[in-house]
Amino acid sequence: MKPARVLIVDDSSVMRKIVGRSLRQAGLDVLQVLEASNGSEALTLARENPLDLILSDINMPLMDGLEFVRQLRGIESTHETPVVMITTEAGEAHVVQALSLGASAYIRKPFTPEQIKERVIPLLRG
Amino acid sequence: MATTAEPERVRIHLSARAAWPGAHAGDKTTGATQPATPNDWAEELAKATREVFEIMVGTTLTLPAKPRPPFIPDFAAMVGIAGSLCGLVSIRTTTECARSIAARMLGDDEVGVAEAAQDAFGEVCNMIAGSFKGRISGLADGCALSVPTVIFGRDFTLFSLARGEHYEVTFEFEGKLLSVSLDLHG
Repeated sequence: MKPARVLIVDDSSVMRKIVGRSLRQAGLDVLQVLEASNGSEALTLARENPLDLILSDINMPLMDGLEFVRQLRGIESTHETPVVMITTEAGEAHVVQALSLGASAYIRKPFTPEQIKERVIPLLRG
Repeated sequence: MATTAEPERVRIHLSARAAWPGAHAGDKTTGATQPATPNDWAEELAKATREVFEIMVGTTLTLPAKPRPPFIPDFAAMVGIAGSLCGLVSIRTTTECARSIAARMLGDDEVGVAEAAQDAFGEVCNMIAGSFKGRISGLADGCALSVPTVIFGRDFTLFSLARGEHYEVTFEFEGKLLSVSLDLHG
């Protein structure tokens, strides 16, 4: 597995740091971590940078994670980039909506590094 | 939103009763429960709080000694719940405790940075609210959460317009007290 370029999207800087740390604890070889605090910022970064993986919250100001995924899938360069939603919104309807919009996997907060490993590593191998 | 020393007598929200007839009829698919008594709501709130602290903060909360020592919180975070159930989840503690929580979550050089404590405390509240609603049958999809709000400083009073049930659980974290509350819309 090659070193990954990762974008972490969350309005909480603490959560962005914890997600980044969890990726390393999960054994992911991280080449570069980009951070965005909402979907709009994340779209800009995704357009400008080649990415191997995106992890995104849902509830964020300006543009939420669901709208971010929807618009991301409309961009040719990010059409197939794996996107993992990490959120407190864990109802079945939220999961179905996120997956139907193009999310690749879903992790509920609070999460363990093991859960990150289970959901993320297969996406990078695939 | 108000934190009163002696909350009004709790009662079960009418819409909650209508949505979840029967006591403790667990949801077979999610493990979510259907609280029927005030103790159930408080218990689920306590379970959600313990889960968040164990997984994200890396500590096991304990119950405070009785009688509970004097506790004057100056740091609070709150997350609104709207939908089939309306209310507010809030968590209150001291600035020192909030900074300790942030330090445990980050585990690095961010210790003592005020913004980190605010951010971490808001996220803890957000996760408690999310975990709580995921534990109650019908709430996970039936309610949405607001983004967290954090208040800090001395001499503030939180006053709830909800005028409904009030549930509160108090824990000890590294020798410091913190309270978690659920105020439901009346």
